[in-house]
Amino acid sequence: MMNFLRKGISKIKPHFTEGGKLGKFRSVFEGFESFLFVPDRVTFKGSHVRDSIDLKRTMSVVIMALLPALLFGAYNTGLQHFRSIGAEAEPLEMFLFGFMKILPLIVVSYSVGLGIEFIAAQIRGHEINEGFLVTGLLIPLIMPVDIPLWMLAIATAFAVIIGKEVFGGTGMNVFNPALIARAFLFFSYPAWMTGEKVWTQGMIKGENIIDGFSGATPLALCAAGETSKIPSFMQMFIGTIPGSIGETSTLAILIGALILIITGIGSWKIIISVFSGGLAMGLLLNFFAVNPYMEVPAYYHFVMGGFAFGAVFMATDPVSGAQTEKGKWIYGFLIGVMSILIRVINPAYPEGVMLAILLMNVFAPLIDYFVIQSNINKRLKRAGRAIKLQQDERVQ
Amino acid sequence: MGNQEKEPVFSAKNLKLFTAPLGRDNPITVQVLGICSALAVTVKLKPAIVMAISVTIVVAFSNVIIAAMRKYIPDRIRIIVQLVVAATMVILVDQILKAYAFDVSKQLSVFVGLIITNCILMGRLEAFAMANKPWPSFIDGLGNGAGYGLILIIVAFLRELLGSGSIYGYPVMEKLGLYSIGYENNGMMILPPMALIVVGLIIWVQRSRNRSLIDK
Repeated sequence: MMNFLRKGISKIKPHFTEGGKLGKFRSVFEGFESFLFVPDRVTFKGSHVRDSIDLKRTMSVVIMALLPALLFGAYNTGLQHFRSIGAEAEPLEMFLFGFMKILPLIVVSYSVGLGIEFIAAQIRGHEINEGFLVTGLLIPLIMPVDIPLWMLAIATAFAVIIGKEVFGGTGMNVFNPALIARAFLFFSYPAWMTGEKVWTQGMIKGENIIDGFSGATPLALCAAGETSKIPSFMQMFIGTIPGSIGETSTLAILIGALILIITGIGSWKIIISVFSGGLAMGLLLNFFAVNPYMEVPAYYHFVMGGFAFGAVFMATDPVSGAQTEKGKWIYGFLIGVMSILIRVINPAYPEGVMLAILLMNVFAPLIDYFVIQSNINKRLKRAGRAIKLQQDERVQ
Repeated sequence: MGNQEKEPVFSAKNLKLFTAPLGRDNPITVQVLGICSALAVTVKLKPAIVMAISVTIVVAFSNVIIAAMRKYIPDRIRIIVQLVVAATMVILVDQILKAYAFDVSKQLSVFVGLIITNCILMGRLEAFAMANKPWPSFIDGLGNGAGYGLILIIVAFLRELLGSGSIYGYPVMEKLGLYSIGYENNGMMILPPMALIVVGLIIWVQRSRNRSLIDK
């Protein structure tokens, strides 16, 4: 099968080189070819060895890391739905039900996003960027399950065009494109993005909901001051709670984090520092607690809302995050601090992770600049001392 | 100057003074002036149109007055003189709006008063009226006001249509029956950041059509 594909592609390849009769569609062809096979590109000058991992392989690993969250999200969507209508169902049935609800979101997100990327690459004569492979899966995972598809399509288009292509495409974006899509929907159609009804499939459309089912997320309960009603830590850790599709299960996210850290693709420094920033802010709020929300144990914040998902999959975005090693610590720590601060202190926003990461995206270049500049200053001082020492010796 | 041949009133040169600011020399999209008010008054079409007219009148007539006095204004205090003239015009316009269009005046709130700090106004007085005769200055003022107004109206049209679902107060989206098939107004369009993005999109369209505007 693979051989057959390889031969077929090699056969039609000449048509797509410059000057070939289908030369115009070079970027599209290359996109497909390198999606299927590792590019056979080699260096001709000097003794460089190309690493076998390129952007596409990197992206594939991130997709793999996202799978646990996606699969659990499908199961949880079904679970919440059957719970809300008071029906019994097998776990597999729940999973399949949820999966069929999530699938359209994924299809829309990919087809709109990739469509725009293909057109943009074609217009500019660039290679097609595979940056969207991950963004396209991230976008559905941070949505409530009942978001109308046309809204998702607009948000995806907005994220790819205004969030990415305007700055020059993959690798040039200031903000995390998936979060741009979510922020766009959050401010454009708040009725579909917040509240108690949007997190459970069918609820906002007015399906029969049994008495006593609320659908409120733990964060909403906390914000309303009803901290006694939030689910147990273990339940929130496993993720059988209402929330955006992929964010509920901290366990599934941690499996993804492990994959990212072992393969060296996600920065463990950022992940650790986001969590420690969150913990520090949580403890600080505990210390000065004046209302029930501020008394919520600091480590509870890790398993509520999108904190873990943001820390593992959003903050570690290598393009929009800090690049320097010291910078990563500062960047992550501040994301953690801001997330919890917005969450607990600002009543307008029940969840702060999205805004915290977008805010720190803006500051990432400044943090890097500061880190590099302080290193330069340190070395200049050291060099200055050495020169002075030499001069002193000469005088003697 | 005295023996110079008399120029026709609507010479090609004068006409160009009017048309250039509409397109390739637009105060908002090319010179990037007057952005603040463009973000603030473009939620609905009506205030945007009133604002566009107000700015046009203020710029045109301030231009004429300054151009007429330009030889008698001491160079060292010219900015203060310009400000006095502009402020007088702004107050006049503000009072007229309060008298005859109170609702719009309330919607525009401080932004009519703030025309005085509009960069387009000060820019035209300093760059054009101080060095040209009254008639070309008048046309230049009209042109820049219209160029500013044009962008304001495009932005306001898009923001009102997509944000409130209406055009000049007329509920288009409702009449088209879009709400019943699940369409919803975009709440972000009403927020100021979206005006900035729309202005950015207009700049994008303009520069991709006219490549000579792209900074090297």
